[in-house]
Amino acid sequence: MSEEPRPFTATSFRAYLNENRLMGARCVETGEIFVPPRPMCPRTYSTNMEWVELSGRGTLVAFTAVYIGTSAMVEAGYDRATPYCTGIVELAEGPRFSAQIIGVDARRPETIAIGSALRADFIARGEGAARHVQLAFRATA
Amino acid sequence: MTTRKLGRGVAVVGAGMSRFGTFKDHDTRDLFVEAFREMRASVDKGLDPGAIEALFIGNYSSELFEGQGHTAPIMADWTGLTPRPATRVEDACASSGVALRQGIMAIASGLHDVVLVGGIEKMSNLPITNVTDTLATAGDVLYEIPAGFTFPGFYAAMATAYMHRYGASPDALLRVGIKNHDNGKLNPKAQFQSRIADLMAARMAKALQKGLPPPGWADEMDFLRDDAANPMIAWPLRLFDCSPVTDGASALLLVSDDLARSFSDNPIYIIGTGQASDAALHDRPELTGLAAAQLAGRQAYDMAGVTPRDIKIAEVHDCFTIAEIIATEDLGFFAPGQGHEAAEEGLTARHGPRPVNTSGGLKSKGHPVGASGAAQVVEVWKQMRGEAGERQVARDVDLALTHNVGGTGQTCVVHIFERR
Repeated sequence: MSEEPRPFTATSFRAYLNENRLMGARCVETGEIFVPPRPMCPRTYSTNMEWVELSGRGTLVAFTAVYIGTSAMVEAGYDRATPYCTGIVELAEGPRFSAQIIGVDARRPETIAIGSALRADFIARGEGAARHVQLAFRATA
Repeated sequence: MTTRKLGRGVAVVGAGMSRFGTFKDHDTRDLFVEAFREMRASVDKGLDPGAIEALFIGNYSSELFEGQGHTAPIMADWTGLTPRPATRVEDACASSGVALRQGIMAIASGLHDVVLVGGIEKMSNLPITNVTDTLATAGDVLYEIPAGFTFPGFYAAMATAYMHRYGASPDALLRVGIKNHDNGKLNPKAQFQSRIADLMAARMAKALQKGLPPPGWADEMDFLRDDAANPMIAWPLRLFDCSPVTDGASALLLVSDDLARSFSDNPIYIIGTGQASDAALHDRPELTGLAAAQLAGRQAYDMAGVTPRDIKIAEVHDCFTIAEIIATEDLGFFAPGQGHEAAEEGLTARHGPRPVNTSGGLKSKGHPVGASGAAQVVEVWKQMRGEAGERQVARDVDLALTHNVGGTGQTCVVHIFERR
């Protein structure tokens, strides 16, 4: 008997990220992968889902360099003089997801190219009980 | 697509709005009273408020902006309409566009004959970081916001996808801002009643006054391309690509079409309505158009029996300059990928072939998010009745359209109006 899978929730998704794993939910009936996970396939209405670990490979489909950031990013040290890049990534397995993009020069956004190859990276932020891993994607040369 | 028709016709017989701006000493209810009074004064044959049977009030986030929930009954009370049913509608920045649709449905169903539709938002109480966070709750706070997306960021990502796909230049975005400020200058209700050229001249004068070397801007575009004058917010969107933080309210009086002439000499009939939803931005196959806006538009055109070519003016949801370019494509005014050229060529100017946002749009008129959808109708009402003053378009406006977007297009609602 395999052990009961974790529930297909944001809490589980974040717990996997804290283990440096990018996980999605696969509909067993159609094979379609959902990132983030969801407990019911919106196509088939089946709840027969299974966890699948993503390769972490992806390409950049849209991005921006944010100069006036969210309060969480401001706390992480970003500001008008130090913008961050965030974007939408198409994973090799098909789903698209939002993530911070690192390994690019956010101060020179004209050098950042849609279509660039990316790889998942796991950034630890906060300390003690507040420690959590933030998913990011790093440009691979 | 099955053609849907309303159970019975609905007309707008009154429309008003408060001034848009930031008003430290006025609360939402005060602004709504201002909008209500202007709406009442606009009813040609007079309005006994006792005729109003129900209220639908669009309001995005009074809880986070003001610490006040349950706003609709307060608006009913402040306009003397207690104990009529008062319902708040929330669909982010499309709240009052959707409230309008709810009001239409209430009349078309036969439940009510006379309905007040409103929109309210007071955004300026909070510091800007909290405003940014509050607006971000219209996105997916579990998965999009932790990635660092702000609202300018979302639309900036659409802009990079658009520029990449169609070879558009950020200059096209700046042209939208210049055009909407040109229109807003002529709108006495607008938050910014200045052309970009006026703002540039004021900066130059200030530098001279301080004895500083005059900035060497050759023209408006040069000014807008200057990082110091027009700072980057989220590449490629700069300050003047973004709608402002605004307080304001709007109010519309809807009646069944058989009653329209007993209220108004010149009613505006609502002949098309469409609304659709969509997933988070990252879950969409296309980022260079809003599928929900395209669908809502098709529904509205189909119900109205008109085509995009027939529309004389449109108020579209230009929360960011790129959003106006995309809207003009989603609504079929220009082919996909040609909206940026249309903006650069001035086709959407007030006296161009396809006037868009003659009010100044959200960019210049201001964007009190929950009030914007109904405020778009105020402009259409004025233009169709020839009451838009200095900004009145030269052509006869017998058909007009409004396009209101919630979030990044998770909600889109489109309405088409006819003057008979």
